[in-house]
Amino acid sequence: MFGFILRRLAVAIPTLLLLIIISFVLMHSAPGGPFTQERALPPQVLANLDAKYGLDQPLIVQMWTYIVGIVTRFDFGPSFIYPDLSVNDIISQGFPVTLTYGAIGFTLSVLFGVMLGIVAAIRHNTWIDTAAVGVSIGAQVLPNFVIAPILVLVFTLWLRWLPGGGWGGWPYWVMPIIALTLSHMASIARLTRSSMLEVLGSNHIRTARAKGLSERAVIMRHALKPAMLPVISYLGPLFVTMITGSVVVDMYFSTGGIGRSFVDSALSRDYAVMMGITILVGALTIFFNLLVDVLYAWIDPKIRY
Amino acid sequence: MTKLFLTTALAAILAVPTLPALAATPAPGEKLAAQQSYNYWLLDAIKTLDPQKNTDREGSDVINQLFEGLTSQDAKGAIIPGLAESWTVSDDKKVYTFKLRDAKWSNGDPVTANDVVFAWRRLADPATASEYAWFAELANIANASEVVKGDQPADQLGVKAVDDRTLEVTLTQGTPYFLKMLTNASLFPVPQKVVEAEGDNWTQPGKLVGNGAFTLVSHDLGVQLTLKKSDTYWDAANTILTDLKFTTVSDVNAALTRFQAGELDYTEIPGGQYPRLEKEYPDAATVSPKACTYAYILNLSDKGPEALKDKRVRQALALGMQRDIVVNNILQGGQKPAWTWTHWAMDGFAEPENQWAAMSQEDRTAKAKELLAEAGYGPDKPLALSLQYNTSEDHKKIAVAAQQFYKQLGVNVTLNNVEWKVHTDKMQNQDFDMARYAWCADYNEPSTFLDYFRSTGKNEGKFNNADYDAALDHAKTAENPAEDYKKAEAILADEVPGVFVYNYASVAMRNPAIKGVPLENPMNDWYAKDFYRVEQ
Repeated sequence: MFGFILRRLAVAIPTLLLLIIISFVLMHSAPGGPFTQERALPPQVLANLDAKYGLDQPLIVQMWTYIVGIVTRFDFGPSFIYPDLSVNDIISQGFPVTLTYGAIGFTLSVLFGVMLGIVAAIRHNTWIDTAAVGVSIGAQVLPNFVIAPILVLVFTLWLRWLPGGGWGGWPYWVMPIIALTLSHMASIARLTRSSMLEVLGSNHIRTARAKGLSERAVIMRHALKPAMLPVISYLGPLFVTMITGSVVVDMYFSTGGIGRSFVDSALSRDYAVMMGITILVGALTIFFNLLVDVLYAWIDPKIRY
Repeated sequence: MTKLFLTTALAAILAVPTLPALAATPAPGEKLAAQQSYNYWLLDAIKTLDPQKNTDREGSDVINQLFEGLTSQDAKGAIIPGLAESWTVSDDKKVYTFKLRDAKWSNGDPVTANDVVFAWRRLADPATASEYAWFAELANIANASEVVKGDQPADQLGVKAVDDRTLEVTLTQGTPYFLKMLTNASLFPVPQKVVEAEGDNWTQPGKLVGNGAFTLVSHDLGVQLTLKKSDTYWDAANTILTDLKFTTVSDVNAALTRFQAGELDYTEIPGGQYPRLEKEYPDAATVSPKACTYAYILNLSDKGPEALKDKRVRQALALGMQRDIVVNNILQGGQKPAWTWTHWAMDGFAEPENQWAAMSQEDRTAKAKELLAEAGYGPDKPLALSLQYNTSEDHKKIAVAAQQFYKQLGVNVTLNNVEWKVHTDKMQNQDFDMARYAWCADYNEPSTFLDYFRSTGKNEGKFNNADYDAALDHAKTAENPAEDYKKAEAILADEVPGVFVYNYASVAMRNPAIKGVPLENPMNDWYAKDFYRVEQ
């Protein structure tokens, strides 16, 4: 197992490097640059800016300086668009926000999603099943950019219970979490339900029931673990997606999270911020995929690395 | 010597402004609210609070509260004293001498002429790499171009501190709008000691030191900024508001909902919603001029289509643009149809007579068809052009409408929607036929618009007209530049380097409890020190 983890970590480094190189090249090949403006800058001002940010160097030199900065000083460079801030500043301000609402949202969607899925599977073809499936399909087809305005209308304008946006204590968390969670919860519920149904129809469950075990014991001890396998492989990437935020949530609720910064940086060609967040998402994805693989081996004794 | 003294003294007497600085002045009978707060809406995160690095409108809105320039503006946009309590101008209009008032930074240090010198040098210095360095050149400050280029050190810039409270500025030529430019954040003073000690981080809460009526309390990027009244501001006794909040809401409709919920005192009205809101909230829905003009720039360069080199074709395009429909049916927010490039509300602008503006749209369309036929385009040889615009619902609506208007003339327009940076890049490389564009004033005077179409101006369509350039050159030193501006506009109306569509208006929901809001200043600059909140 240890050997496996080490091998995977060894592969992670070239993977990240490749990610940096590809994103770097793609980004720089997009038309325009960070200082392209409606009011074109005088050539000497542009030259001064390019010199300050090293954009006058050949691409390969820029990339090398960038990678060296990260490796030696963990320095992701200055933002091109926010001259007072470095990329580290922007990520350290925005990431805690998305991490908060993302992690809570993730926990809730797993908890309720799995519960809903199991109940629906156990009560297969009853009204409970129909209701659970109905709820999850409903939640899945309602995109968060539809849910968000409805939430604000109800809780901010009509009931005046919650602030319509911003970031602070828990009242600010409620609506972003609901908007982020619903559809993910629904996906997990449906995935759990179908996987559970499949497991419940398998031979070892029939054996367990034949032994005279209680239904509760059958479900908890014999059905749950194998039924969770496909769900868990879905959860690794989902966790990363959720803690790195959602553009819609960040934009609509002005949370200041990095989901918004990611899209903004791409549109405004803030090369440094975009690279920084890409690397963050990449590294997290690699790490959590590894974690999922380790969990797999723990859940399913048949899997050996 | 005596003569020199006399003329200087005379100039001083003439130039010393008699107006007192503006301050919040409640009318008799108005009862002030207990909470003197103002919650302003921002569309985006504030990119920087550094006056010399700021480039956008929203940044200025915050910086205008934190800092104060040599001059300031009253509710109508007229120039009033700011940090400078008076000034004199030399006979040749090239040397300005400012007398600073006894003002303090928010850390208690005195604001000195050296802080202004430091800020201006910083703006032009290539080491700062300010995106607004060109503003120092536009103001014609001596040696600005050389310093920006790096040919001369920053200390050669034409600005010097005669003593702590006296500043002398030398210009390369008479610049009638120089005092107006001083209200732009890029020429605001910054505290030399703090900037040098803190580096790029000096604008963070707790470090930022300003000379404005308010100080920075907190700044959560893309969420909110909070400011409180500064006790060290020279006119603090007449400043009534105590708390300012700037809240970012990137969705205009969400902002409107939050305005209705009482969380915001100001928000922009989303396109097309003004008529409804004006009925529902007659006290809150407001329209005021905003100094920008919306246009379709025509590419007259070598890379542009052959057809656009024919003046008659360009005139037909200008005539065929049904501005009334754009303004009344699409935008619906008090915008005005544009027949000039200069916004109608600019100070010192007299609109020239325009025969087309007076015609009915049917007549204009008929005239347009006639001109196209003369130019050789018709049903058997239809004209085809592309219209490029950057991604936005409003731009799209207008482009789709324009496509229909031009279809009536027999012109086939293909729409080309591109992302903002691509749009800008293509325009700057003359890779377009017609392109959506908007130009906003940097200072309240027509030349800020008209300089765009100079042969040496930004001028993405590469319009080139010697008479036009001459008229603008003449305006620089003319006693009455309005005539030159009129002439320049007449040339634009005839030559049509772009189809001017509409002059902007600021269409906003404003809490009627907030008094003192300037609705007549087309620059849309506002100073919260002039506001107060009344009990409702």
